[in-house]
Amino acid sequence: MAGTIGTWFAALLTLFILSFLYRDNPFYKFAEYLFVGVSAAYWAVYNYYNILRPNLILPLFFHGQLVNIIPLVLGIMMIMRLAPKIGWISRWPLAFIVGTYSGYYLITYLQSNALDQVQATLMSFIEISAWREFFARPGLIAFLDAISVPLIIVGVVTGIIYFFFSREHKGVFGGFARIGIWFLMVAFGASFGYTIMARISLLIGRLFFLLHDWLRII
Amino acid sequence: MKLTERLERIDRRVIFLIIFLAVAGPLIMPIGLKIEVSEPVQIFYDAVNDLLPGSRVLVSADYDPASMPEVYPMNEALVHHLFSKDIQIIGLGLWPQGIPLNQAAMERAAQVHGKEYGKDFVNLGYKAGGIVVISALAENILQTFPADYAGRPIAELEIMKGVRNLDNIDLIVSLSAGDPGVREWIMIAQGRYRKRVSGGVTAVSAPAFYPYLNAGQLKGLIGGMKGAAEYEKLVERSGTASRGMDAQSIAHGVIIFFIVIANVFYLIGRRSRK
Repeated sequence: MAGTIGTWFAALLTLFILSFLYRDNPFYKFAEYLFVGVSAAYWAVYNYYNILRPNLILPLFFHGQLVNIIPLVLGIMMIMRLAPKIGWISRWPLAFIVGTYSGYYLITYLQSNALDQVQATLMSFIEISAWREFFARPGLIAFLDAISVPLIIVGVVTGIIYFFFSREHKGVFGGFARIGIWFLMVAFGASFGYTIMARISLLIGRLFFLLHDWLRII
Repeated sequence: MKLTERLERIDRRVIFLIIFLAVAGPLIMPIGLKIEVSEPVQIFYDAVNDLLPGSRVLVSADYDPASMPEVYPMNEALVHHLFSKDIQIIGLGLWPQGIPLNQAAMERAAQVHGKEYGKDFVNLGYKAGGIVVISALAENILQTFPADYAGRPIAELEIMKGVRNLDNIDLIVSLSAGDPGVREWIMIAQGRYRKRVSGGVTAVSAPAFYPYLNAGQLKGLIGGMKGAAEYEKLVERSGTASRGMDAQSIAHGVIIFFIVIANVFYLIGRRSRK
């Protein structure tokens, strides 16, 4: 019974939200405000039970781990942001967070997003095995596989040239920059295509719920 | 009014209605379009399939209900695949809302394959901190997660015997809808500790992970509902992603048609205005 009521409630809220596609209306507003309210309450409770209580309240007040006074003080300093006159105090814990994360991220980000990526482009310009495969079984996919390495290298080099602004994009240099733009456009196009796919997937998810779980016609 | 002008002023709600029909139609009357498996999904499948029975896989559920249509089918197919090969699952999450979803997927699959909580799978729950949590796991899992999602001490569970840190994990799979997620697992677990990491992500974020895949930092990638459907095909288990593929393909066809038509009429309109 509870499951059925829940399904009906979820289905009606889905329809309320989708009704915005026609135009703004009170049903949409109701669903929107309800979502904001429930989300705020959910996160407040979740943060208390999963972050504050196990990481601060229990260790400090019940297990006597006094080192936790430091995060408590930093947390209180952060809340000072709510009072305009003493809001500057919140900059100190913020500085601590920014500093810690910067230090933490710097090396790992450099390693995984720069060094390893650059290393991956240091490859043979002609991949013999891929060309062998192409000549053995000619086809579009085999051809694209064979030229994938040169494409990556050309794409990386021309893309970097496009973002080199210390020299005017003219002549041969400008030509390479233009090729870089083409690579960027393809990347943006792929990204846009994937975004559409994601949005359609979400619509499929909702319609599947309405047709399968609610109406039970599929 | 000319046809081009009429089309330029078409009510957007007509477009919405057509997209709705393009999605709802194939859901009600499936066509059964063929699903081709792409290389990133095949690599993901191979990375899991090559594991020996008794191996341990860490499944990080870094997503939430908003991304369920895309990521949950991957989660379900993955745990079925792992249980079918007698691989142990250590579940956790860098997103709090991913925990109950992963738990639901594991419990359903456990019923099918006759697996037991604490022996064949465990859910360590959520811990705030993102990359800091991953670093801590690389040092000591039991200290980072002393209890599971329901508050039971994990040291007492059979599955955790002999598990100290990420060195005792054979593969890490992050099912992610954003940050923290696959990127953080690559940065810390793969980048710093050289562990094998595979990923399943939403379609929006998939293009950003191809460089990692190409560089070998990521052992396979499942992107969006399409990727999930391909994985379902590989594990021979038709789920919600496979059922949505007809609708996805038809909707994409309609959108491509709209883009082409809009551009053609725009160019015709521009030429006639000149």
